[in-house]
Amino acid sequence: MMSNLTGAERTSAMLISGMGVVIGLTMAIVGRNDVMGAQGWIVLAFSAVVFFMVANALYHPEPTEDRTTSYYDDPTKVGIVLALVWAVVAMGIGVWVAAQLAWPGLRFDAAWSSFGRIRPVHTSGVIFGFGGNALIATSYHIMQRTSRARMPDQVTPWFVLLGFNLFCIIAASGYLMGVTQSKEYAEPEWYADIWLVVVWVAYFVLYIRTLARRNEPHIYVANWYYLAFILVVAVLHIVNNLAIPASLAGAKSYSAFSGVQDAMTQWWYGHNAVAFFLTSGFLGMLYYFLPKRADRPIYSYRLSILSFWGITFFYIWAGSHHLHYTALPHWVQTLGMTFSVMLLIPSWASAGNALMTLNGAWHKVRDDATLRFMMVAAVFYGLSTFEGSFMAIRPVNALSHYTDWTIGHVHAGAMGWVALITFGSIYALTPVLWHRERMYSAKAVEWHFWLALAGTVIYVFAMWNSGITQGLMWRTYTQSGTLRFSFTDTLIAMHPYYVARALGGLLFVTGACIGFWNVIMTIRHVSKQNRELDHPTSPKATEPVLPVAE
Amino acid sequence: MTILVILIPVTLLMGIVGLGAFFWTLHSNQYEDLSGDAERILFDDDRPLPAQNVQAPAKLKETPS
Ligand code: HEM
Ligand code: HEM
Repeated sequence: MMSNLTGAERTSAMLISGMGVVIGLTMAIVGRNDVMGAQGWIVLAFSAVVFFMVANALYHPEPTEDRTTSYYDDPTKVGIVLALVWAVVAMGIGVWVAAQLAWPGLRFDAAWSSFGRIRPVHTSGVIFGFGGNALIATSYHIMQRTSRARMPDQVTPWFVLLGFNLFCIIAASGYLMGVTQSKEYAEPEWYADIWLVVVWVAYFVLYIRTLARRNEPHIYVANWYYLAFILVVAVLHIVNNLAIPASLAGAKSYSAFSGVQDAMTQWWYGHNAVAFFLTSGFLGMLYYFLPKRADRPIYSYRLSILSFWGITFFYIWAGSHHLHYTALPHWVQTLGMTFSVMLLIPSWASAGNALMTLNGAWHKVRDDATLRFMMVAAVFYGLSTFEGSFMAIRPVNALSHYTDWTIGHVHAGAMGWVALITFGSIYALTPVLWHRERMYSAKAVEWHFWLALAGTVIYVFAMWNSGITQGLMWRTYTQSGTLRFSFTDTLIAMHPYYVARALGGLLFVTGACIGFWNVIMTIRHVSKQNRELDHPTSPKATEPVLPVAE
Repeated sequence: MTILVILIPVTLLMGIVGLGAFFWTLHSNQYEDLSGDAERILFDDDRPLPAQNVQAPAKLKETPS
């Protein structure tokens, strides 16, 4: 991998990681009386490993290949493997969290293993670690292939990928030590937030520079979904994390806003994080890998562009549906509710478009588990957006809010849609990326598919049941107008569902482990296949791409 | 709800950036050949690399332009 970097590139990689070492050391010294010090050592260790890996190869022979004739895939490969590692770890922790809810003793009385600390390790681990790495890796692939151009340089993609993983590691290790600013999905403290801004800006610039080099006049719609994901997440992240550190020598900071103002900012962020992190980017994946795998163009390309602009303009306004019946003014709640319902249209347009693309190729869906992953993902996307629009209606939310129904909705989206489309894309991408004929074991893909589907269905049904039971019990009154059930009564009623959920999660993780194994075996054991035509259009040979008749 | 004084303008600003991007796509003829655009991602580059194929330059001349 290092051998593909020139001497100058190796030097700048060493400079950057050297700076990381210095920053880590500074944090460790300045924050020695605080948990920030421990975080500093982690930064230092991470940067030092990168530094020595590059230094080790500094005087190796330089690459001689002609860069215009190939795509740059090394960071994509590492990103895919990292995504799978995070998947196994973070979903494994999800099962542990689920098991703790069924059997609280599984905490083993340590501070770091308490529910409040490992729960965010699960959520950040799956969303950012697994989802984020998968998004970055697939975006590297898609931006180059659809532009028929190579990335502009070879240092930025590494900086973005490794820098992002450093952020995830600081976040996850921080939670275990009790570092959190208590904003869901934005728990990391100020130094991690600043770091993510730097990484994210580099990511955006890299994307734009690659598009600017394109040898293809049209920008394929998947790129727009990725760009919206990058740009909006940047803005949301900056606004929601505006905070004043209590001291530059410690992790603690105070939000710039307070009370309901802060809550509104948090859910403006939180909802759009769902929209642009867990939806927009993954739609980009869907719009590229589904047509590719089915080998037929998207059913209506026009509709895919329309739904892109629809989602972009509607989603932003829906965040207040997380704050129904709170101190938030009524009209702001109504605004969020209205936009949430309208959102169903562009959402279903995408789901329908994906399914219509497969119409006429059902035999492929039957025979190919990879394509089936993508099809089921589109179905769950349709399902969870329908459910979301329904739950956003104020009286419905009165029942669903605070209950496991929300958790069911989350995982219908997160497991059924986000994870399944990612696994499908990884299976489609792996052979292309490593120039392999096929996946190592088609049977293992099949197993993974059924385990993932069974796991999701068990999880989601358990939570629907538990959530509605819980919600109804909470609002049952006796004749004399007092509450009929105590809180403990609801806990007892939920116990069997919690056990079922842990079981569903276990199936799902088992599938992910099989997938990880299959990818590694594909890389190591499947014979190579030369892909003669998978290269950038050389600028010398560019012909007008428009049809001659025009 | 003073916070809306920040959130709504930021949101509108993102909307305007989006709108700007949309107008840019209209101006740069992004929607001229939609079915072709959808289909082209399915194909890899049409020629093998010149280095791998000695006849490439001759072939190039044959392509109608
Ligand atoms: C092995 C599969 C999984 C299991 C067993 C699992 C388990 C859990 C559990 C037990 C919770 C806490 C629920 C509560 O506090 O009542 C949770 C929350 C959450 N999980 Fe998972 N999860 C899994 C997969 C995923 C995946 C793949 C994603 C995302 C891509 C995800 C995203 C989330 C989110 C966003 C929350 C927070 C929900 C909220 O606060 O409303 N999970 N998960
Ligand atoms: C049209 C699309 C959607 C709408 C209108 C929608 C609406 C909602 C509503 C009303 C809630 C409950 C808020 C509450 O009572 O606290 C919610 C929660 C949530 N939804 Fe959705 N949803 C949509 C799509 C999705 C998708 C596709 C995903 C995942 C990939 C997702 C992930 C989540 C998460 C993670 C939460 C929990 C937030 C939290 O409390 O921690 N949503 N959504």
